[in-house]
Amino acid sequence: MYSDKVIDHYNHPRNVGSLDKADPTVGTGMVGAPECGDVMKLQIKVNPETGIIDDAKFKTFGCGSAIASSSLATEWLRGKTVDEALAIKNTDIVTELSLPPVKIHCSVLAEDAIKAAITDYKKKAGVPETVPAKAHA
Amino acid sequence: MKLPIYMDNHATTPVDPRVFEVMTPYFTGIFGNAASRNHSFGWQAEEAVDLGRKQVADLIGATAKEIVFTSGATESNNLALKGIAQMYAERGNHLITAATEHKCVLDTCKRLEKEGFRVTYLPVQQNGLVDLDQLRAAITDKTILVSIMYANNEIGVVQPVKEIGKIAKERGVLFHSDATQAVGKIPVNVLQDNIDLMSLTAHKMYGPKGVGALYVRRRNPRVQLTAQMDGGGHERGMRSGTLNVPGIAGLGAACALAQKEMAEEAKKMAFLRDRLMHKLQNSLDEVYINGTMEHRLPNNLNMSFAYVEGESLLMGINDIAVSSGSACTSATLEPSYVLKALGAGDDLAHSSIRFGLGRFNTEEEVDYVAAKIIDVVRKLRELSPLYEMFKEGIDLTKVQWTAH
Repeated sequence: MYSDKVIDHYNHPRNVGSLDKADPTVGTGMVGAPECGDVMKLQIKVNPETGIIDDAKFKTFGCGSAIASSSLATEWLRGKTVDEALAIKNTDIVTELSLPPVKIHCSVLAEDAIKAAITDYKKKAGVPETVPAKAHA
Repeated sequence: MKLPIYMDNHATTPVDPRVFEVMTPYFTGIFGNAASRNHSFGWQAEEAVDLGRKQVADLIGATAKEIVFTSGATESNNLALKGIAQMYAERGNHLITAATEHKCVLDTCKRLEKEGFRVTYLPVQQNGLVDLDQLRAAITDKTILVSIMYANNEIGVVQPVKEIGKIAKERGVLFHSDATQAVGKIPVNVLQDNIDLMSLTAHKMYGPKGVGALYVRRRNPRVQLTAQMDGGGHERGMRSGTLNVPGIAGLGAACALAQKEMAEEAKKMAFLRDRLMHKLQNSLDEVYINGTMEHRLPNNLNMSFAYVEGESLLMGINDIAVSSGSACTSATLEPSYVLKALGAGDDLAHSSIRFGLGRFNTEEEVDYVAAKIIDVVRKLRELSPLYEMFKEGIDLTKVQWTAH
């Protein structure tokens, strides 16, 4: 039912934790709802000089695939620029984790969490909204 | 102790080796058709069926002639509801059931609605029990049948069946009860409980899958129903089809064992269940029991581990077989409608685990299960943004969630 990669992320989730929400270089995205069975909190810490995401943390209430999707997202976010991060698509997560069709919503939620965290960061940093870069050009 | 541990006995139970032993001769040696009246092969098969019928009847306080063998409780429930609705359609077109019934009752009711019958689905109280006043109020002069389950398959709560039967009797309405989870676990007596029709199945009480029975009362009142299967007129014309002789022998043997051992076994079940419950409650905060503990099967525990999603919990305890009310574990991606009916909120339904203890569980297994659950719940709460918010004192019901 679960791919080896999902099981690995579930057993060894990467970058679990929380960053200081009040820090102006931290963007927080919280998506989902308890009554739907998934809530993801994803946070990024951006280096204001370089625009590169230095740190990413997550906490997820949800099934194994939701945990794996957000854990994977934090791995991918680290070292990317904010614009590069915006190019991460849910389908990339589906492919990487071999998610079955019933679990695609987990990857959608992870993409939403990334976007929400970046929106929050930009709002705090006063960066105008930009058009997302093309995926993996 | 052997892994994995099976603690999902509301789904099904293993066949008791003593039951299996009774069944084995009826596959190859004594293979006759119980309806063959003119040779010894048939007579021997009929003898086995007669014994099985008597054993089932004895366990539930019925007479042998009132037992109709079926393929299981789903068929029994279909036969009872459709058979009564069709037989008594001239008397009325209204049926009453409850929101927490098994799917095979609810879906049968939905089909009857499509055919023009009217069905009232009684809500349940927060403890999982139907409100008798609401039942009284729901009965009209068009009501022909009340169908309320004996014990619930998810939360194990035992309905006030005797009182329901009394109300139905007073109002001249037939009473059917799906007693799939109750028979063999707690004392069930169709006379004392005022039951007119009752469904049961072998595989929930250490008998084989594929065989069950419908009790159909023959006196005070004499209940009739329209057969749903046409054919050779077996089972007093109520259910045609060659009898499943080994299955019936197994069902009978399972009933006989239950009758002999139920009282002792119920004590053992309650002891193990309470041990599990106390261990979980003592080590974890924010755990909730779904449904009343006061009127409950001794082998059932249904608990919500707040801020932890059920499927992720199951994933962490993959050497333990239990089930969850989480949407992610169901084909429909909807959380348990039984837990929703309690009004506990979908979030607790998503966090629920059903433990179904059984005859072959041990204290050692219970201790292992408790330790494992505690460990995984703690780990997942470390991961849970909801638990973090709860610890920060945030009221989660006031948060604006982005539903998807």
